[in-house]
Amino acid sequence: MIPRAALLLGLVVLGTSCSRQTESAAAPKPTGFGAAIVESSGSKQFTQTGSILPQPVVVQVNDHQGTAVAGALVEFTAAPGVTFDPPNGLTDSSGQVTTNVSLGGMAGRYQITASTLDKSHKKVELKLEEIALGYQQTLGRRLNDQYCDRCHNPESTVERVSNYDNLDVKPHPFTEGDTLNRISDADLAAIITHGGPALQKSALMPAWGNTLSKPEIEALTSYIRAVSDPPSRAAGPVYTKN
Amino acid sequence: MNEKLTSLWQRLFGDSVRAFGVVSVVFLASMAIAPAKNFFSEWRHYQHGYLTMIRNRSDANTLQRHFQGGIRQIWLPQLGVVDRCTSCHVGLNEASLADVATQPYRKHPSIPHNLDQFGCTTCHRGQGAATTVAEAHNSTLAWEQPILPAKYIESSCGQCHRGPLPGTPQLNQGRNLLSREGCVHCHTVKLPDGSTMKATDDPPSLSHIADKTTREWIFAWLKDPQAYASTSTMPNFKLSDYDARDMSAFLMANSTPMPGDTAPVSTKAAADPAAGASLYGESFCASCHAVQNAAGNMVGGNVGPELTRVGNKVKPEWLQAWLRNPRAYDAGTAMPHYRFNDSQVATLSGFLLAKKDSDLLTNVHLDAPTPEQIAHGKRLVSDYGCASCHEITGIKKPENFAPELSRIGSKPVTQLIFLPGMQHALPDYIAGKIKNPRAFSPGLKMPQYTLTPLQTDSLTTALLSLNDRSYSLPPSLAVPVQPASDYQPAGKAGKLMTDLACFSCHRLNGHGGDMAPDLTWEGSSVQREWLVQFFKNPGTLRPALIRRMPRFNLTDVEASELTDYIMTVYQSPAVDRDSMPLSGYSQGQIELGKQLFYGKYSCQGCHIMDTTDKGYIGPTLTHVGSRLTAAWIYQWMKNPQSLRPGTVEPNRAMSDEDARALTAFLISQKGGDKQEAAKK
Repeated sequence: MIPRAALLLGLVVLGTSCSRQTESAAAPKPTGFGAAIVESSGSKQFTQTGSILPQPVVVQVNDHQGTAVAGALVEFTAAPGVTFDPPNGLTDSSGQVTTNVSLGGMAGRYQITASTLDKSHKKVELKLEEIALGYQQTLGRRLNDQYCDRCHNPESTVERVSNYDNLDVKPHPFTEGDTLNRISDADLAAIITHGGPALQKSALMPAWGNTLSKPEIEALTSYIRAVSDPPSRAAGPVYTKN
Repeated sequence: MNEKLTSLWQRLFGDSVRAFGVVSVVFLASMAIAPAKNFFSEWRHYQHGYLTMIRNRSDANTLQRHFQGGIRQIWLPQLGVVDRCTSCHVGLNEASLADVATQPYRKHPSIPHNLDQFGCTTCHRGQGAATTVAEAHNSTLAWEQPILPAKYIESSCGQCHRGPLPGTPQLNQGRNLLSREGCVHCHTVKLPDGSTMKATDDPPSLSHIADKTTREWIFAWLKDPQAYASTSTMPNFKLSDYDARDMSAFLMANSTPMPGDTAPVSTKAAADPAAGASLYGESFCASCHAVQNAAGNMVGGNVGPELTRVGNKVKPEWLQAWLRNPRAYDAGTAMPHYRFNDSQVATLSGFLLAKKDSDLLTNVHLDAPTPEQIAHGKRLVSDYGCASCHEITGIKKPENFAPELSRIGSKPVTQLIFLPGMQHALPDYIAGKIKNPRAFSPGLKMPQYTLTPLQTDSLTTALLSLNDRSYSLPPSLAVPVQPASDYQPAGKAGKLMTDLACFSCHRLNGHGGDMAPDLTWEGSSVQREWLVQFFKNPGTLRPALIRRMPRFNLTDVEASELTDYIMTVYQSPAVDRDSMPLSGYSQGQIELGKQLFYGKYSCQGCHIMDTTDKGYIGPTLTHVGSRLTAAWIYQWMKNPQSLRPGTVEPNRAMSDEDARALTAFLISQKGGDKQEAAKK
């Protein structure tokens, strides 16, 4: 009886605080209806907790033939704490809706749902995942950018040419979860600290133990865990709508 | 009705026993309210939930032993912290609860601070003493401090840490923006250490603007600076056509000719686009200046202004004079004095003047101004505070032009006027004001900035860190910023270095840019002959970089003077460059060094030593034996960071033998061998 009353009180508090958050702008009236919703760009980005993603999320509504549908209403929803600007919108002439996403305050993965209605008013959904980096991972990310990225990231940018293709033994990109998730935290730290030969791997991976401190190597490990795809177990829970 | 009341009265208080009994029951019931309230309190509910949650975990016993019931409190009188947050957030310090997603039971993420030393509200704000969810987080009781949204959390780091931190990119960026976007030209920001925040941008003087550009361009620029250059930091003042007309009239009328700038220009701008493009490329103009390419992407650096439409802006005579010697027009410019010859000036100016957008000024038609218009323009120029940023003859830089922002992060919500629909919280107010200042009142002078949402958040973060707590901190907790160095090299060579704007890219003794290597110990590092040759014709050291040292057409005397100065002054106490010879190493040692290079240390991953190597990260080493001193290489092998802090090359903790063998191998790589062999 008593715990139930307390639970009820908790629920009421939760209810009032939730109802305050879910106030969203009135959705416009759709003029088109699609059959499928696909991602154009913007999934699997990372940003700091609570911050806006560097690129907007763009989704496209298609009909059965796969042609873009204009005027379809797309709504974005996610776990509490995630905000969308705008939270809904009608697809433009190329069938696309763009929204800026700010992730929640806790580090981890956030599932974002984009939904639209088809002709029979059934909900069609697309689920995307984005990554929020906590303090430690942000620190790791900075170290990655400074020391690791130029070999471990095969993508070149205008500013920086990747060194990946120049190496006889290819380094693992940190998103390569299939491989990296099988290496324990201790082994990962050992490779970073003592170099590739410590685990019978290539000497092209130098030892960083005298350059980076132990907390820095831990930060790097937590960053690698956070961005791996498929997700690492250590990356923590996925925050979804409910 | 009355009868009923009377009978009820009779029944309850008819005689003294009855009355005593009823009063006692009421009294007892009211006495029970206080304990009942406590019993049904939220924190008790959450603690109960915590105990239920941990019961089924494998580490239940440990967690159970750590658990302490009742209201918990972190009391730090020095910081003014009375935080009861841990009454509900029970598992904050439990490392094993990292997998718990439900609040309030999640472990606090790893940070470099101990929660018991700093409490919660120091970083998160909120009402520490409150014991209900709503009061603690949302400040329902008209208390000032709601919880700080996670996206601004780095502002709290900035309360104690006055300099940049590796883990707070958003705060660092926000602080940079404050001084780079010109905010502090108008708003005074006094920092807790007593200093005043200084602007790092360099808005041009408008005293000689008529030499440089036309009234039509000024008009178009004032109306919409971003239409000319999307990367421009000049904000949009949303001026009417009349105001822009009068302000441009005043600025032109007020401008005086630059002394010495009137020298007749003998060269006509040459129109050979191919030669212009290649000179633009060879001079590495793109290291500092951006140009928008056909695909709409910005290509180039952001030290100097964007040049996409520079042909619309500058007068040909001015541009040629500027290219010949920028310091004659603006002594403090970051642009080097390139020492271009006349034909180079003609080629480059022709190339730049062709960069224009034919539509930009087509619709600007201005009649000759009347004296009234000029007078009105002058009034507007002083009203809008143009002189806060720009030097304008006859108008003094206004003092305290805009509200001081020194403690903006603690501004009481009661003093703020919110827009309809805006959340009544300080961060929302600050962000809203930055995003669209004139929405708060059309009469406000604050202009419209073009910032990305991330930049707005960063600026808000930096402003929130300027709060009362940052002033009231115990001095022992404040982490001061490293004082900025104003190092200037002396003498003739020092003048030459200023003229060449070395400090725009290189850092020396803590002063200067970070685009190019730190040269503080350059004199210990390189060989004299190499440096002279490098000044005359800078070769490529790092093949993957797009920003490189330009060629300055130095005379032999200049190159040798500069080299002498560098060789003498910029010497590291840790490296005696004459302690190790540049030749005479045994073949065995060289061979061992080669094995170490390709085997144990696998240097070829980052460096090019041979045509078959492709490492893109470090400098090319094919000529390293003619470039570096042996003592420098040896010390670098032992500990690269001791010579250049922050360098990417890892410290391998090499033994003396390994370092000596590698030095022998590297110093044997003089570069000319192969060509000589081919000649033979």
